[in-house]
Amino acid sequence: MKEPKIVVCAKQIPDPEAPFSNVSVDVEKKEVLVDAPDVISPYDENALEAAIRIKEEMGGKITVLSMGRKVSDTVLRKTIAAGADSLILVEDGGFERLESGSVARVLCQAIKKIGEYDLILTGRQAGDWDSGQVGLILGELLGIPCISLARSVKVKDGGVVVEKTVPVGYEVVEAGLPAVVTVSNEVGELRYVARTKMLGLLRRPMVIPKWGMKELGLEAGDLRKVNLVELSPPADMRRECVFIEGASPEDMAVKLATVFRELR
Amino acid sequence: MNEILVLVDSKEGLLENRTLELIRGGSDLAGDLGIEASAVVVGDDTSALAKSVASYGLKKVYRVEHPLLKGFQPDAWVGALEWLCRQTSPRIFLISHSFVGKEVAPRLACRLKVELTTDCVGLSIDPKDGLLIRTKPIYGGNAIAVVKCEGTPQVVTVRKNAFAPMEQAGAQSEVVEMVPGLDESMIKVKSLKTVQEAVVELDKANVVIAGGRGIVEKEDFEMLRALARAMGKSHGNVMIGCSRPVVDKCWMTSDHQVGLTGSMIAPDAYIAVGISGAIQHLVGMIRSKKIIAINTDAGCNMFKVSNYGVVGDYKDILPALVKKLEE
Repeated sequence: MKEPKIVVCAKQIPDPEAPFSNVSVDVEKKEVLVDAPDVISPYDENALEAAIRIKEEMGGKITVLSMGRKVSDTVLRKTIAAGADSLILVEDGGFERLESGSVARVLCQAIKKIGEYDLILTGRQAGDWDSGQVGLILGELLGIPCISLARSVKVKDGGVVVEKTVPVGYEVVEAGLPAVVTVSNEVGELRYVARTKMLGLLRRPMVIPKWGMKELGLEAGDLRKVNLVELSPPADMRRECVFIEGASPEDMAVKLATVFRELR
Repeated sequence: MNEILVLVDSKEGLLENRTLELIRGGSDLAGDLGIEASAVVVGDDTSALAKSVASYGLKKVYRVEHPLLKGFQPDAWVGALEWLCRQTSPRIFLISHSFVGKEVAPRLACRLKVELTTDCVGLSIDPKDGLLIRTKPIYGGNAIAVVKCEGTPQVVTVRKNAFAPMEQAGAQSEVVEMVPGLDESMIKVKSLKTVQEAVVELDKANVVIAGGRGIVEKEDFEMLRALARAMGKSHGNVMIGCSRPVVDKCWMTSDHQVGLTGSMIAPDAYIAVGISGAIQHLVGMIRSKKIIAINTDAGCNMFKVSNYGVVGDYKDILPALVKKLEE
């Protein structure tokens, strides 16, 4: 078959692996403050990896679509370094705090503007709100098949064959193209990108289209914002930790074994 | 417009505990609104399941039955639920944040043109406007958001343990048979086969020994298994868990994963080896009775939530510990 055109939707978020001591809540402004650099949402990285594997096997083009109020191309250029072909930033002040259905609506417009697509991949959920809705709704809005929780994605005979994680193991499912697939971490982590390659790419001039409301033919009334009534910090999780000390691992093991025996 | 619907989840034909929790939630909210709550059972043969749901004091049990609803084919299920909502115009639709719920709820909400809130841990009614107040942890549990949405039905998915399970009632619910208009053309995704795998159920463990990013190589999990064997003699059911990076490396299957997108567990003891304690991992194990951490980094977050900590290399400590326990 012809080489597939793949769109990967990737969200930029504050590093979800950041230690909780670096996260605070501004109750007044109803904002979560994360003292950590922005990264690509981990499941979206898994989706990109799945796309790159398809491209390695059968060729094709990968376009990364990233949407937000403000999107940083330095964070997203990593996708190019890893193996994507082009990057489109979907950015507008009006995209702040959109609810999932509206995010899908914006992405749907952007994908229609791209025009040609066979496969749309995205993470099963984003590491900030963990809503897990956008991919599934995108399938609905585009009126194409949607498969969730992929642990492997293959393009075959004009269709897509997916191993989908299910509670008892996995299910092999098939759909015609174009289709949306949401990817889970069982696919494997995004390949390593050497720092030198990354730095070289940051210096290279690159045309990165930016599309906003106007370019996508959207108006504020088309989109819904999350109505956040209240935001608060979580209950304190801290415990008083007793550190087990000793001159040698054996010493520590003796003390630890006592602790273990008391667990019963 | 005057009914709360609760979607029933089942496992091997049996009612899941999380559904009993959802029934409690639905009944309580219905009480607050002065309306009724009913359950929805979906499948190709729902008689037995409907009968068991009918003993929990709800107004009605809708049996949404069709040959295409055999197993779980999402396209058919979404079609059936959309059809049901158009027939019954519920005010609120409660769905578990389960495998089935996570898949059908977003698509259903999209078709009904309403906003969905997923993974809610608390629900109540705003007395001012009768809308559902939805409490949901965000940023892996680093913040608790309370949101409200316009529109009917109000659709949410609900996390396990959000409500106490409902007890059986004396009265039986009225069972209503519904045959949705479905046809083959709605099914865009075809199931080729389901492969059953040995799946660990971490929520059944008394002790979970989990490894994380700090585990240097796959083979080192053998040290965790040796500890599990040593503890198994005296500590009941000891299982091996892990944090997300381990699954990403394909060293372990996702049924071993503990955290927001893995299992959320509360064993008697949780032993975290080389896990730094990213918050989305912590929310999965923080309810453990005792937490013991082994890590080379004395400043890591896991120690802050642990009862006991050992600062050191697991490669030294685990074998020594196994030897001690076996003495």
